[in-house]
Amino acid sequence: MGAEALVGTLTQIDPARQRAVVEALRQHLPAHALLFRAEETRPYECDGLSAYRALPMVVALPETEAQVVAVLKTCHAMGVPVVPRGAGTGLSGGALPNSAGVLLGMAKFNRLLSIDPLSRIARVQPGVRNAAISEAAAPHGLYYAPDPSSQIACSIGGNIAENSGGVHCLKYGLTVNNVLRVRGYTMAGEPITFGSEALDAAGYDLLTLIIGSEGMLAVTVEATVRLVPRPQTAQVIMASFDTVETAGQAVAEVIAAGLIPAGLEMMDQPATRAVEEFVHAGYDLDAAAILLCESDGTPEEVAEEMTRMKAVLSQAGATQLRVSANEEERSRFWAGRKAAFPAVGRISPDYYCMDGTIPRKRLGEILRFIAEMEKKYDLRCPNVFHAGDGNLHPLILFDANEPDQLQRTEAFAAEVLEKCVALGGTITGEHGVGIEKINQMCTQFGAAELAVFRAVKRAFDPQELLNPGKNIPSLHRCAEYGQMHVRSAAVAFADIPRF
Amino acid sequence: MTTSSAVQLLREKICAASATHTSLRIRGGGSKDFYGGTLRGELLDTRTLEGIVDYEPTELVMTARAGTLLTEIESTLAANQQCLAFEPPYFSAQATLGGCVAAGLSGPRRAANGLYYGSIRDFLLGCRVLDGRGDELSFGGQVMKNVAGYDVARLMAGSLGTLGVLTEISLKVLPLPVATCTLQFSMAQAEAIQQLNRWAGLPLPITASVWFEERLTLRLEGAHAAVQSAVQRLGGSQMDALVAREFWQATRNHTADFFQSEASLWRLSVPAATPPLRCPSIASAGTAGHNAGQWIEWGGAQRWCYSDAPAAQLHALAQSVGGHAIRFRGPTQHRDAVVGALDPVLARVHRDLKQRFDPAGIFNPGRMFSDF
Ligand SMILES: Cc1cc2nc3c(=O)[nH]c(=O)nc-3n(C[C@H](O)[C@H](O)[C@H](O)COP(=O)(O)OP(=O)(O)OC[C@H]3O[C@@H](n4cnc5c(N)ncnc54)[C@H](O)[C@@H]3O)c2cc1C
Repeated sequence: MGAEALVGTLTQIDPARQRAVVEALRQHLPAHALLFRAEETRPYECDGLSAYRALPMVVALPETEAQVVAVLKTCHAMGVPVVPRGAGTGLSGGALPNSAGVLLGMAKFNRLLSIDPLSRIARVQPGVRNAAISEAAAPHGLYYAPDPSSQIACSIGGNIAENSGGVHCLKYGLTVNNVLRVRGYTMAGEPITFGSEALDAAGYDLLTLIIGSEGMLAVTVEATVRLVPRPQTAQVIMASFDTVETAGQAVAEVIAAGLIPAGLEMMDQPATRAVEEFVHAGYDLDAAAILLCESDGTPEEVAEEMTRMKAVLSQAGATQLRVSANEEERSRFWAGRKAAFPAVGRISPDYYCMDGTIPRKRLGEILRFIAEMEKKYDLRCPNVFHAGDGNLHPLILFDANEPDQLQRTEAFAAEVLEKCVALGGTITGEHGVGIEKINQMCTQFGAAELAVFRAVKRAFDPQELLNPGKNIPSLHRCAEYGQMHVRSAAVAFADIPRF
Repeated sequence: MTTSSAVQLLREKICAASATHTSLRIRGGGSKDFYGGTLRGELLDTRTLEGIVDYEPTELVMTARAGTLLTEIESTLAANQQCLAFEPPYFSAQATLGGCVAAGLSGPRRAANGLYYGSIRDFLLGCRVLDGRGDELSFGGQVMKNVAGYDVARLMAGSLGTLGVLTEISLKVLPLPVATCTLQFSMAQAEAIQQLNRWAGLPLPITASVWFEERLTLRLEGAHAAVQSAVQRLGGSQMDALVAREFWQATRNHTADFFQSEASLWRLSVPAATPPLRCPSIASAGTAGHNAGQWIEWGGAQRWCYSDAPAAQLHALAQSVGGHAIRFRGPTQHRDAVVGALDPVLARVHRDLKQRFDPAGIFNPGRMFSDF
């Protein structure tokens, strides 16, 4: 996506600078917490978006809050960029290192500080894995609701930075709806707290800014999350459809009937076929698309809701309905969906995951558009989809070793994201902008909004040292992208009259 | 007037006011004129921005202009068996959507278990806002999930017009609960707080609670089966449906007797399980007898009391348990800015944000913060 996209990759590490920074950090961190030889820093060169890589100048792995503060203050004083990193599962290059900067790995902050079953909150360090919170809360009949498919690996610090979602977000909300308080430090090393353990805090709701801020406003060292009662029981319907359009229409019908399923997911046939081989989830491989529609609650409630859901889905043209007979089967139906990315990873050397969001009613349109793009770029693209939220995850299959496949993939993705914006949606529903979608930010927002984002950034980090170059494009960059864009559009749609 | 000309007119007023450093007092229906520091500045009426722009029930999203009456929004939703889950208080039938978002106040359902949980900011998907330069900015959108850029749309909830004039708002809406039942229990305060927190940890469809004068009132909402089984499990006495409806309306809009005093009404927002707090109460022992007590909502997380103690004392009390206090309503000589002192780093961030959105400092000065 253009040379400028590869923040840091083109910059050589400056050995003198590196020595100076290591020297300064050694005053505060033990030797084992500082990595700078290429063989040691290599594991940190990318996050889940491996198409973008850069070796960090230094990796700092602090173990105490005092060390985090020291790293920040030292880097702040020396003008060194800092890139926070959680588990590195991000899919937009948010944790892509900076060759002139320090990668601040928060993995050692992996303690669950407390669980208060009466107040239904957990206090955790940012490196705690998402799933670990629910595991620890389980004995109290509670859990942490947002469940990204990466939940066994990703950290709560990363979830906060990305405002991550999961397959149960339609009913239970995103990270922003489930985190009460975030404590951290600004780039200058000043302590700052967002939100509170009450239901609101005094002043502007800055918690909404830090959540989804992609590690650019402050470094999180502690979070208080809300725990909710685990539903007594849950059942999921697997509904088959002849066309993806009817499946999409069925989603609208479910909502129109006043139902809010605990989860409502769609997969098209290429996706179910890839998954089935990998997980044996028991999906209907003849269906053009399947929906997974879940109900949870008390046994009576689930029975009542399942009856209504089955009626609506049949009415909407489902060719087959299968209801999970037990917890084991329910888990298997979900396991297939949750393993969709790795499954696709097995049928193709590389895949590229998009994250656009659209108003649900535009589903048919966007799927037709994606099909056109598959032809145009000669690349296959199975679809998984948080249907209830209108959040698409088309997965473009490619082989990075083939000349120009990555370029074709990126152009394909860019067109789809811009189409999402044109349909009234957005370029990213839950994976973040990072470095990956920074050009599409120019499509989504005008200069005035981008200027506000920049001002927000500067209110926390006036020197723009914390995770710089991500999320918010400069106006200069947008101007360049605009030109590039007009040129390629002129080629692609040369026959369309312009007004 | 068309929307674009209404926006244009507002823009001109803003630009003129910015140029002359004239304060503007942004106002919809004036239903919350009592809230925050003394009102200052020339009136800027948002009711020219009128009407629902887009509403498709199957999208669970409604977009409307800021001056649209809340009554219109809610009756349109109700006609489609949908609702604003956070039950915003009206305080008067004139309340507009813009004022509702700017005030950031949520009603009894705010601390609901499950689907209906959340405050207005949790349901705010996007908005358009005129900043102090007269630029109309658009943040968020009409989709459920959106993480492009910082979430500036949600920042507008509760910013009380200090960052700009909201012109258009998109909200997530939800189906109306099909069944409801209100239960009452006689219970002491400490026990009620404990009990509410224990219940909130169980999969029960509790969507609202009020404890007042040794009595706990609990609302259940959801699927028929869920409400029925909860009624059986919880016991208590069932309130007549119509009476219950009025009770929750009176709670939501502060028309209940408790809220009728002229004295200073304090809102304490505290962690839900905080044991009973001793509010420094009215020295002159109550206009109405009611005022001595506390009205506790949100499973313990929102506590109302009357007090004429110095503001600092109430702020300190709430802070001592990890919350904050607001003088919500009071005699005119005691109008406080909504926000008390902030720690220095937060205060600087607030000032910087304000400076960007409203460089001339014209929007609602003194209403939310005493210093801008
Ligand atoms: C197979 C797979 C499935 C996925 N499924 C989902 C899904 O269903 N839903 C979803 O939303 N996402 C999903 N993701 C994306 C990813 O898991 C999430 O974005 C996750 O929140 C990232 O967490 P992390 O700990 O790995 O963060 P990282 O990748 O390490 O970092 C992500 C961002 O967070 C910042 N950050 C990390 N820690 C801190 C901190 N302590 N303070 C400040 N900033 C910090 C980083 O700077 C970076 O910008 C998936 C990823 C994969 C690989």
